[in-house]
Amino acid sequence: MITCAEAVRQLWDYLDGALPDEDRQAIEDHLGFCRRCCGEVEFAEELRAFLARDAAEEMPDDVRARLRATLDELETAG
Amino acid sequence: MLESSDRPTKETFRALAESQLPRLYTIARRLVGDDAEDAVQDALLKGFRSFDRLERAAAGPAWLTSILVNVCRDRGRARARAPEQVSLDTVDEFSLYRKIADEDPFPYSDSLHLDFLELFEAGDVRAVLTRLPDLYRIPMLLVYVDGLATKQVAAMLDAPLGTVLARLHRGRKLFERELWDYAETNGLLVEPVR
Repeated sequence: MITCAEAVRQLWDYLDGALPDEDRQAIEDHLGFCRRCCGEVEFAEELRAFLARDAAEEMPDDVRARLRATLDELETAG
Repeated sequence: MLESSDRPTKETFRALAESQLPRLYTIARRLVGDDAEDAVQDALLKGFRSFDRLERAAAGPAWLTSILVNVCRDRGRARARAPEQVSLDTVDEFSLYRKIADEDPFPYSDSLHLDFLELFEAGDVRAVLTRLPDLYRIPMLLVYVDGLATKQVAAMLDAPLGTVLARLHRGRKLFERELWDYAETNGLLVEPVR
Protein backbone atom coordinates (compact mmCIF):
# COMPACT_ATOMS: atom_id res chain seq x y z
CA MET A 1 0.00 0.00 0.00
CA ILE A 2 1.46 3.39 -0.97
CA THR A 3 1.07 6.71 0.83
CA CYS A 4 -0.50 9.88 -0.61
CA ALA A 5 2.99 11.42 -0.93
CA GLU A 6 4.18 8.45 -2.99
CA ALA A 7 1.05 8.53 -5.13
CA VAL A 8 1.37 12.27 -5.79
CA ARG A 9 5.01 11.90 -6.76
CA GLN A 10 4.05 9.46 -9.50
CA LEU A 11 0.80 10.95 -10.75
CA TRP A 12 2.06 12.50 -13.98
CA ASP A 13 4.07 9.41 -14.79
CA TYR A 14 0.87 7.46 -14.21
CA LEU A 15 -1.02 9.74 -16.60
CA ASP A 16 1.82 9.48 -19.13
CA GLY A 17 1.60 5.68 -19.01
CA ALA A 18 5.26 5.68 -17.99
CA LEU A 19 4.90 3.50 -14.89
CA PRO A 20 5.63 -0.22 -14.71
CA ASP A 21 2.50 -2.38 -14.25
CA GLU A 22 3.16 -2.93 -10.55
CA ASP A 23 3.45 0.81 -9.77
CA ARG A 24 0.44 1.62 -11.94
CA GLN A 25 -1.63 -0.94 -10.05
CA ALA A 26 -0.46 0.53 -6.72
CA ILE A 27 -1.63 3.99 -7.82
CA GLU A 28 -4.98 2.62 -8.97
CA ASP A 29 -5.46 0.79 -5.69
CA HIS A 30 -4.67 4.01 -3.83
CA LEU A 31 -7.05 6.06 -6.00
CA GLY A 32 -9.74 3.51 -5.22
CA PHE A 33 -10.09 4.79 -1.69
CA CYS A 34 -8.31 8.21 -1.54
CA ARG A 35 -10.60 11.03 -2.61
CA ARG A 36 -7.95 13.70 -2.21
CA CYS A 37 -5.57 11.93 -4.60
CA CYS A 38 -8.45 11.51 -7.08
CA GLY A 39 -8.70 15.32 -7.00
CA GLU A 40 -4.95 15.48 -7.63
CA VAL A 41 -5.30 13.22 -10.67
CA GLU A 42 -8.13 15.28 -12.13
CA PHE A 43 -6.13 18.46 -11.59
CA ALA A 44 -2.99 16.92 -13.14
CA GLU A 45 -5.09 16.06 -16.22
CA GLU A 46 -6.34 19.66 -16.36
CA LEU A 47 -2.76 20.90 -16.12
CA ARG A 48 -1.65 18.69 -18.99
CA ALA A 49 -4.48 19.99 -21.16
CA PHE A 50 -3.64 23.52 -20.00
CA LEU A 51 -0.06 23.13 -21.23
CA ALA A 52 -1.15 21.55 -24.52
CA ARG A 53 -3.57 24.34 -25.37
CA ASP A 54 -0.70 26.84 -25.55
CA ALA A 55 -1.81 28.08 -28.98
CA ALA A 56 0.44 27.51 -31.96
CA GLU A 57 1.78 30.81 -33.17
CA GLU A 58 0.94 31.62 -36.75
CA MET A 59 4.04 32.11 -38.88
CA PRO A 60 4.09 35.72 -40.14
CA ASP A 61 3.95 36.06 -43.93
CA ASP A 62 7.27 37.93 -44.12
CA VAL A 63 9.04 35.18 -42.14
CA ARG A 64 7.52 32.51 -44.38
CA ALA A 65 8.68 34.44 -47.46
CA ARG A 66 12.24 34.74 -46.14
CA LEU A 67 12.44 31.06 -45.22
CA ARG A 68 11.11 30.08 -48.65
CA ALA A 69 13.75 32.31 -50.21
CA THR A 70 16.36 30.37 -48.22
CA LEU A 71 14.97 27.13 -49.65
CA ASP A 72 15.08 28.64 -53.15
CA GLU A 73 18.74 29.50 -52.67
CA LEU A 74 19.58 26.04 -51.38
CA GLU A 75 17.76 24.43 -54.29
CA THR A 76 19.61 26.59 -56.78
CA ALA A 77 22.98 26.14 -55.09
CA GLY A 78 22.44 22.39 -54.63
CA MET B 1 16.63 -3.56 -47.04
CA LEU B 2 15.39 -0.14 -48.03
CA GLU B 3 13.89 0.46 -51.44
CA SER B 4 15.75 3.14 -53.31
CA SER B 5 12.44 5.02 -53.61
CA ASP B 6 12.40 5.36 -49.78
CA ARG B 7 15.63 7.29 -49.83
CA PRO B 8 15.28 11.05 -49.87
CA THR B 9 16.49 12.93 -52.89
CA LYS B 10 17.51 16.56 -53.23
CA GLU B 11 14.14 17.21 -54.79
CA THR B 12 12.28 15.82 -51.80
CA PHE B 13 14.15 18.04 -49.34
CA ARG B 14 12.39 21.15 -50.59
CA ALA B 15 8.97 19.53 -50.31
CA LEU B 16 9.74 18.17 -46.86
CA ALA B 17 11.13 21.45 -45.54
CA GLU B 18 8.31 23.52 -46.96
CA SER B 19 5.65 21.24 -45.49
CA GLN B 20 7.32 21.43 -42.06
CA LEU B 21 7.96 25.18 -41.94
CA PRO B 22 4.91 26.15 -39.81
CA ARG B 23 5.57 23.36 -37.34
CA LEU B 24 9.29 24.12 -37.11
CA TYR B 25 8.57 27.80 -36.59
CA THR B 26 6.07 27.06 -33.81
CA ILE B 27 8.55 24.85 -31.99
CA ALA B 28 11.35 27.37 -32.41
CA ARG B 29 9.16 30.22 -31.09
CA ARG B 30 8.58 28.26 -27.93
CA LEU B 31 12.21 27.26 -27.53
CA VAL B 32 14.07 30.44 -28.46
CA GLY B 33 11.40 33.15 -28.78
CA ASP B 34 12.43 35.99 -31.07
CA ASP B 35 15.37 34.00 -32.47
CA ALA B 36 12.94 31.51 -34.03
CA GLU B 37 13.42 32.59 -37.63
CA ASP B 38 17.22 32.40 -37.38
CA ALA B 39 16.99 29.01 -35.69
CA VAL B 40 14.74 27.61 -38.43
CA GLN B 41 17.07 29.00 -41.06
CA ASP B 42 20.07 27.32 -39.37
CA ALA B 43 18.14 24.07 -39.19
CA LEU B 44 17.27 24.24 -42.91
CA LEU B 45 20.93 24.79 -43.80
CA LYS B 46 22.10 21.94 -41.59
CA GLY B 47 19.35 19.71 -42.89
CA PHE B 48 20.18 20.48 -46.50
CA ARG B 49 23.83 19.63 -45.92
CA SER B 50 23.10 16.29 -44.33
CA PHE B 51 19.79 15.11 -45.80
CA ASP B 52 21.52 12.52 -47.98
CA ARG B 53 22.36 10.67 -44.75
CA LEU B 54 18.67 10.33 -43.96
CA GLU B 55 17.75 6.71 -44.57
CA ARG B 56 14.00 7.03 -45.14
CA ALA B 57 12.03 9.96 -46.47
CA ALA B 58 9.20 9.07 -44.08
CA ALA B 59 11.48 9.88 -41.14
CA GLY B 60 12.06 13.37 -42.54
CA PRO B 61 9.74 15.39 -40.25
CA ALA B 62 11.19 13.87 -37.06
CA TRP B 63 14.72 14.23 -38.41
CA LEU B 64 14.25 17.93 -39.25
CA THR B 65 12.63 18.53 -35.88
CA SER B 66 15.59 16.91 -34.19
CA ILE B 67 18.02 19.19 -36.05
CA LEU B 68 15.95 22.23 -35.06
CA VAL B 69 15.78 21.22 -31.40
CA ASN B 70 19.55 20.90 -31.26
CA VAL B 71 20.05 24.25 -32.99
CA CYS B 72 17.72 25.80 -30.40
CA ARG B 73 19.55 24.08 -27.54
CA ASP B 74 22.87 25.48 -28.77
CA ARG B 75 21.37 28.96 -29.09
CA GLY B 76 19.71 28.73 -25.70
CA ARG B 77 22.79 27.56 -23.80
CA ALA B 78 24.40 30.98 -23.70
CA ARG B 79 21.42 32.73 -22.19
CA ALA B 80 19.42 30.07 -20.38
CA ARG B 81 19.02 30.00 -16.65
CA ALA B 82 21.27 27.28 -15.36
CA PRO B 83 19.58 24.60 -13.24
CA GLU B 84 21.48 25.78 -10.17
CA GLN B 85 19.94 29.25 -10.53
CA VAL B 86 16.53 27.82 -9.77
CA SER B 87 15.83 26.54 -6.31
CA LEU B 88 15.11 22.83 -6.49
CA ASP B 89 14.74 22.49 -2.73
CA THR B 90 11.61 20.55 -1.85
CA VAL B 91 10.27 20.94 -5.40
CA ASP B 92 9.66 17.20 -5.71
CA GLU B 93 7.17 17.37 -2.84
CA PHE B 94 5.41 20.47 -4.18
CA SER B 95 1.78 19.95 -5.15
CA LEU B 96 -0.01 22.86 -6.81
CA TYR B 97 -3.33 21.12 -6.15
CA ARG B 98 -2.68 21.15 -2.42
CA LYS B 99 -1.16 24.61 -2.43
CA ILE B 100 -4.32 26.03 -4.00
CA ALA B 101 -6.52 24.10 -1.55
CA ASP B 102 -4.43 25.19 1.45
CA GLU B 103 -4.12 28.87 0.46
CA ASP B 104 -7.73 29.02 -0.80
CA PRO B 105 -7.28 32.23 -2.83
CA PHE B 106 -10.95 32.36 -3.89
CA PRO B 107 -12.98 31.49 -0.76
CA TYR B 108 -16.32 31.80 -2.54
CA SER B 109 -15.36 29.64 -5.51
CA ASP B 110 -16.91 26.23 -6.01
CA SER B 111 -14.31 25.35 -8.68
CA LEU B 112 -11.19 26.65 -6.98
CA HIS B 113 -8.58 24.76 -9.00
CA LEU B 114 -10.09 25.47 -12.41
CA ASP B 115 -10.53 29.14 -11.47
CA PHE B 116 -6.84 29.25 -10.67
CA LEU B 117 -5.89 27.95 -14.13
CA GLU B 118 -8.26 30.39 -15.80
CA LEU B 119 -6.19 33.26 -14.40
CA PHE B 120 -3.52 32.54 -16.98
CA GLU B 121 -3.57 33.91 -20.53
CA ALA B 122 -1.43 32.15 -23.18
CA GLY B 123 1.27 34.82 -22.70
CA ASP B 124 1.37 34.10 -18.96
CA VAL B 125 1.88 30.38 -19.57
CA ARG B 126 4.75 31.12 -21.93
CA ALA B 127 6.26 33.50 -19.35
CA VAL B 128 6.09 30.78 -16.70
CA LEU B 129 7.69 28.21 -19.01
CA THR B 130 10.47 30.66 -19.80
CA ARG B 131 11.39 30.69 -16.11
CA LEU B 132 12.35 27.00 -16.25
CA PRO B 133 15.94 26.02 -17.08
CA ASP B 134 16.24 24.59 -20.62
CA LEU B 135 17.22 21.25 -19.12
CA TYR B 136 13.60 20.82 -17.99
CA ARG B 137 11.78 23.22 -20.30
CA ILE B 138 12.78 21.64 -23.61
CA PRO B 139 11.49 18.12 -22.84
CA MET B 140 8.35 19.63 -21.27
CA LEU B 141 7.57 21.60 -24.43
CA LEU B 142 8.34 18.75 -26.80
CA VAL B 143 6.24 16.21 -24.89
CA TYR B 144 3.36 18.20 -23.43
CA VAL B 145 2.95 21.02 -25.95
CA ASP B 146 4.14 19.48 -29.21
CA GLY B 147 2.89 16.00 -28.34
CA LEU B 148 6.06 14.05 -29.17
CA ALA B 149 6.64 10.64 -27.60
CA THR B 150 9.15 10.46 -24.75
CA LYS B 151 11.24 7.92 -26.68
CA GLN B 152 11.39 10.27 -29.65
CA VAL B 153 12.47 13.16 -27.41
CA ALA B 154 15.14 11.00 -25.80
CA ALA B 155 16.56 10.25 -29.26
CA MET B 156 16.44 13.94 -30.23
CA LEU B 157 18.22 15.04 -27.08
CA ASP B 158 20.64 12.11 -27.25
CA ALA B 159 19.76 11.21 -23.67
CA PRO B 160 18.63 7.93 -22.09
CA LEU B 161 14.85 7.56 -21.74
CA GLY B 162 15.17 7.42 -17.94
CA THR B 163 16.98 10.76 -17.94
CA VAL B 164 14.24 12.37 -20.02
CA LEU B 165 11.53 10.95 -17.74
CA ALA B 166 13.38 12.29 -14.69
CA ARG B 167 13.68 15.74 -16.30
CA LEU B 168 10.00 15.69 -17.18
CA HIS B 169 9.15 14.82 -13.60
CA ARG B 170 11.29 17.63 -12.19
CA GLY B 171 10.09 20.02 -14.91
CA ARG B 172 6.42 19.42 -14.11
CA LYS B 173 6.99 20.08 -10.45
CA LEU B 174 8.98 23.23 -11.21
CA PHE B 175 6.21 24.33 -13.59
CA GLU B 176 3.58 23.86 -10.86
CA ARG B 177 5.61 25.85 -8.36
CA GLU B 178 6.43 28.60 -10.85
CA LEU B 179 2.74 28.89 -11.79
CA TRP B 180 1.91 29.63 -8.17
CA ASP B 181 4.83 32.07 -7.74
CA TYR B 182 3.91 33.85 -10.98
CA ALA B 183 0.28 34.22 -9.90
CA GLU B 184 1.38 35.62 -6.55
CA THR B 185 4.01 38.01 -7.84
CA ASN B 186 1.88 39.28 -10.73
CA GLY B 187 -1.21 39.97 -8.64
CA LEU B 188 -3.38 37.34 -10.33
CA LEU B 189 -4.73 35.97 -7.06
CA VAL B 190 -7.75 38.20 -6.75
CA GLU B 191 -11.30 36.88 -6.64
CA PRO B 192 -12.48 36.39 -10.26
CA VAL B 193 -15.45 38.49 -11.34
CA ARG B 194 -18.56 36.33 -11.84
